[in-house]
Amino acid sequence: MNALRSILLRREAGIAVMIVLFCLAVGAFKPQFLTLDQLRIILLLTPLIMIAAMGQMMVIVARHVDLSIGSILGFSAMVSGMLYRFDIDWFGFDVPWWTGIPLSIAVGAVLGLINGLLIQLFRLPAIIVTLGTLSLYRGMTFIISNAKQIDRQWIPSELKGLSQTSPILGIPWIIFIAFGVALLAYVFLNHTRVGRQIYAIGSNPTAAPLRGIKVTQVTLLVFTISGALAGLAGILYASRWGFVNPSNTGSGFEFQVIAAVVIGGVSINGGVGTVLGTVLGVLLLGCVAAALPLLGIPGTSQAAIYGAVILIALVIDRTVRRQGIVGLRRVRA
Amino acid sequence: MLKKTLLLGLAAGLAFAGAAMAQDPVKIVYIGKNTGNPYFDSITGGFEDACKAKGCEFEFVAPATAEATSQIPFIEAQIQRGVNVIGIAPNSPDALNQVLDDARAKGILVLTVNGDLTGNESHRDATILPVNFDIVGRDQVEMVGSLIGYEGEIAILSATTEAPDQNKWIVGMNETLKTDPKYAKMNLVATVYGDDQPEKSTTEMEALLSNYPNLKGVIAPTTVGIAAAAQVVQSRGIADKVQVTGLGLPSEMRDFVKDGTVKAFQLWSPYNEGWLAVHFALGVLDGSIKNEVGSTFEVPNLGTITINANNSINTQAELTTFTAENIDDFNF
Amino acid sequence: MSTLETPAPTSGHDAAPARPRWQVVLVRPETMTLILLILGIFAGGLLSPFFLDISYILRSFTLYSEFAMVALVLTMVIIAGEIDLSPAANMALSACIFAWLQQAGVPIPAAVAVGLASGLAMGALNAFMVIGLQLPSIIVTIGTLTLYRGLAQVIAGDKSIRVPEWFIGIDKIMVAGIPLPVVLFVVVALVLGIVLGGTIFGRQIYQVGTSEVAARHAGIRAARIKLVLFLLVGLVAATAGIMTASRLGSVRYDLGLGGELQMVLMAMLGGTYIFGGRGTILGTFLAAWLLVIVSTGMIVANVLPAVQLVVLGALLIVSIIATNFIYSRTQR
Repeated sequence: MNALRSILLRREAGIAVMIVLFCLAVGAFKPQFLTLDQLRIILLLTPLIMIAAMGQMMVIVARHVDLSIGSILGFSAMVSGMLYRFDIDWFGFDVPWWTGIPLSIAVGAVLGLINGLLIQLFRLPAIIVTLGTLSLYRGMTFIISNAKQIDRQWIPSELKGLSQTSPILGIPWIIFIAFGVALLAYVFLNHTRVGRQIYAIGSNPTAAPLRGIKVTQVTLLVFTISGALAGLAGILYASRWGFVNPSNTGSGFEFQVIAAVVIGGVSINGGVGTVLGTVLGVLLLGCVAAALPLLGIPGTSQAAIYGAVILIALVIDRTVRRQGIVGLRRVRA
Repeated sequence: MLKKTLLLGLAAGLAFAGAAMAQDPVKIVYIGKNTGNPYFDSITGGFEDACKAKGCEFEFVAPATAEATSQIPFIEAQIQRGVNVIGIAPNSPDALNQVLDDARAKGILVLTVNGDLTGNESHRDATILPVNFDIVGRDQVEMVGSLIGYEGEIAILSATTEAPDQNKWIVGMNETLKTDPKYAKMNLVATVYGDDQPEKSTTEMEALLSNYPNLKGVIAPTTVGIAAAAQVVQSRGIADKVQVTGLGLPSEMRDFVKDGTVKAFQLWSPYNEGWLAVHFALGVLDGSIKNEVGSTFEVPNLGTITINANNSINTQAELTTFTAENIDDFNF
Repeated sequence: MSTLETPAPTSGHDAAPARPRWQVVLVRPETMTLILLILGIFAGGLLSPFFLDISYILRSFTLYSEFAMVALVLTMVIIAGEIDLSPAANMALSACIFAWLQQAGVPIPAAVAVGLASGLAMGALNAFMVIGLQLPSIIVTIGTLTLYRGLAQVIAGDKSIRVPEWFIGIDKIMVAGIPLPVVLFVVVALVLGIVLGGTIFGRQIYQVGTSEVAARHAGIRAARIKLVLFLLVGLVAATAGIMTASRLGSVRYDLGLGGELQMVLMAMLGGTYIFGGRGTILGTFLAAWLLVIVSTGMIVANVLPAVQLVVLGALLIVSIIATNFIYSRTQR
């Protein structure tokens, strides 16, 4: 009984209940929302957000924020896209289709590391640094690509196949990749020393060094991971949508990811947040995104709904932390 | 104080230098909606080739985003540079009125190319559009009809709810379906909007397939929408059940046409818009072309061109249809 | 030990001798801004012969004057230890409300009043969440940024709403040869400069930003000061939104899109300390001009917009590094 209660009172339970209620409510109007086919659509909407959300979650747990992930996504996707486009001109042979995956991850990691270095070496606020690199990396994407889109014909069909073909049960590879990343993040955060140190830094940055935690190294690692995952999301963008555009690819992505993370119960004050909560936050956003067109709600209302959902999540988060379970109960009632 | 004097001196000197340089060949600039938009590469190609042939100076500039006001500083800057012709694909039908008026007051010829100031035509000198937009709706209905055997449910996946060109075509589609008995057995079940974003267009397309299981055809009169719709059909493997057509770029659609996901789609030649714009502009400036409704002029490769109502000029009479047979003949 | 924010880097020499007077006057972030401004003017002149023209620069400044006005108030918010990323979205929403009302037949003065009131209400919502609920302003205003612009989109859709002819053209009104928006910006800067630099209220803003706990112990009503500042941002943003409507002649939901980056950039370039407690109106005033000089200099030289993105991003980072460096060298 007590165990059940403590599960029910956890933050994740609240999001799970919200997802179920939301789906039932939509299903009442549109029964086709409660089908396996629709689950496939929802899952296919979320992998890029889920992958980047794992990195963003670690950054926020460490009491920072990374606004540049959309531009990192665009830049690393563009580097790989250009490799596919120009490999014959540059190297004289066709590179294997999977080359873009490690390449994009590496490029993203470097850009993330640059963020971390600026923040940690000069003791600058992450929000301003990443606001600057958001603009900087996007500009670099235009420059390296000469403002030209990488068209569908240049993206290898095996790469595009990751979003379409399935190893099992008709579920595309890309969804397995996303959940695989989430699983790795779970193991890393909960079962490694460095993972636990991220929480320690976030809950009390001043005390962390006293406890022998190498704050600089861990922070650099967190930003590098965030960049690397944004890079992975970048190559999967090319897989999912079949093109890389210097201006569209990844623009506005950071807001979706931060929304998902905050809805998932990761506290912006650092130190608090779980992988499960983040996954649920991503799924809730996916449900909302899939339900709106089904219900015939115009796209023009979408941004307002997202904004409202973020603010509500913030208020719930604050109430829970200030008043504990009582607050949660009061909000739910 | 000394610094200020120095600066003013420098300013005056450079201003003189600027004035002295201003008697060169005709300067034409084309301002696109945004950079990185593959559609404009082709238009720009037409401008460049025509300027090379006729001996004028050409530059392409565009803001980083296609937001309504982002083109204004660029127009101001071109006025300051003293160009003779501004071609522009406007991001807004009315937010540019004031600054375009400033440009025309300075004697600059203002042409909208590939998009118009609908409802504010008095703020530009002429518009160059690929085809007469009145026929697009009709042609698109005929195209989807021929693909589905003139029978069954169809839907439209458009750009944004207020996109003026698309809305004009959708009105044409609705009228054609209603009035022409040839299409009496075709039933338009929904019109949805993907906002020209791949993600949004994809979810709208998925929702169409969920809401209308008997859907037989989709018209997507926008390059982003048709690619997204085709991708949904391709990944579900239902190309034999649902026909996707509309307006698309050959470069983006080539793979879908070759693997049979899309049988046919339409567009026009963006290249010819740039080509025509330069010939028209130079003709108007040297007085050989009268910018009046009803007058005609010759353009190499395009033949005789007539200026239609509202000073609107079209590069071609009919849409071009792309199929597996001819798609490799087009390099844009 | 305060747990409010990451502590500022402290200088290593607590007992350093008093600095010479020239250092106190010259080694300031504003000096850096001024030097950059002068360099920017020279660079602009070298990049393009069309750049150094006072009336062109003034006209270009009107395009940024609305953001610049808001940036002045934002400077005070940052000095008080908070931030507001929502004013650009606030501009769009209050302008949409204003335009929608006047289109529905409400007399213009009443529509303006409601537009301004809605701006105040948006400021009040920010203040409630930040002060009342003790949430971090950075995340709250990212949320309200999305919400306000989303609501603007709900009101206006994808359409633009026209304003009457007589209301158009605030930027064409000249006061002694200077466009009215530029004059307004200078006036607002003077007023706020006096308030911040010469009144008790101004001094209290600095104290709240340096250490809110200490300020409260000293009897300063920190919450009330922050409330006033958030309301002021809301009001000035609404004013700026309606000024933009007059300049453009029409309103769309994407008015001022991305303006938050420009506003924060102006405050940072002017040497406002991101952790609060330091900064001046003069600095932001100079930085606004610097930003306009740099942007228009590059646009009139037809530099790729991508390069502008890189330069703006790099400027932001370099300016906070320099500001932090200067502040850590001068005493705390």
